[in-house]
Amino acid sequence: MRSSLLTIAGQALGSRLIAGTGKYPSLEVMRQALEASGATMVTVAVRRVDLSRRGEGSILEVLTAGRYTLLPNTAGCYTADEAVRTARLGREAGLSELVKLEVIGDEKTLFPDTAGLLEATKTLVAEGFVVLPYTNDDVVMARKLRDAGAAAVMPLGAPIGSGLGIRNLVNLRLILEEITDIPVIVDAGVGTASDATIAMEMGCDGVLMNTAIAGAGDPVAMARAMKLAIEAGRLAFEAGRIPRKLHATASSPVEGMI
Amino acid sequence: MGDPGGVIRLLVNGEEHRAQAGLTLAQLLTRLELPASRLAVERNLRVVPRERYDAEQLEDGDRLEIVTLVGGG
Repeated sequence: MRSSLLTIAGQALGSRLIAGTGKYPSLEVMRQALEASGATMVTVAVRRVDLSRRGEGSILEVLTAGRYTLLPNTAGCYTADEAVRTARLGREAGLSELVKLEVIGDEKTLFPDTAGLLEATKTLVAEGFVVLPYTNDDVVMARKLRDAGAAAVMPLGAPIGSGLGIRNLVNLRLILEEITDIPVIVDAGVGTASDATIAMEMGCDGVLMNTAIAGAGDPVAMARAMKLAIEAGRLAFEAGRIPRKLHATASSPVEGMI
Repeated sequence: MGDPGGVIRLLVNGEEHRAQAGLTLAQLLTRLELPASRLAVERNLRVVPRERYDAEQLEDGDRLEIVTLVGGG
């Protein structure tokens, strides 16, 4: 059985939900939603400082006050070189070796460029990064990333921000069967609580989501729903579900009928 | 290139800036009113460790990227 805590490169996290920090209607809604989600690790993006607008309330103050572990991403990078540069800057800004590695291959789908992803993973692992790559739901690529030293594999359930849920359960199952030594975290595609539960019931080690919470009608309520969904799914996985059968089996005794 | 007292040109986040020769990175950040915490600086494609900001003298034609962490997935 997989570990009872999500553990990334030896660090045990307090939650199996990793939350994004983008697209919230306000900093205060984000603060409350993150708290309600129970997440202890949150993703952040690396961007140029705005030289014309300084000294405003910063997301980092909120995240620092909440003692979240920051996971800088390389979102928006289309080449391995850009992603590596961004990861190095993220390390310096966030004072952590963690990176959620994205190398995007297509603007419309935001699907990963897996060749670039593997190249960047190798470079960053050699530089001591703890690399969490956002990848396709492809077991062959998952294995290559694992062998290249990734600290987890993070297959997409569906395109980023699409809310379509996990579109290919079979592919995800194949990844879970093959990748047993590092965490498998579904990254992208979750739309509502049941999507997260399905991932956890299958045995995924965690789920990373942003839009499903930040874009919900009530982000704080959805954050709590996601927390419960992930806990329920994990518990069901650990409990061991009954096998699916075609025909009924009576729940009440068949003897002693009048 | 960087005569004492001369003017150097820098490209900071894609914008041209003029500065006195001999300016250090730490001085530039002060001039831009940027706190050094939670920032990272890339100078000509290499990240400058924050402990070197005081010693890092900028030169004419330097390309600087000054980044921070923002909300994202």
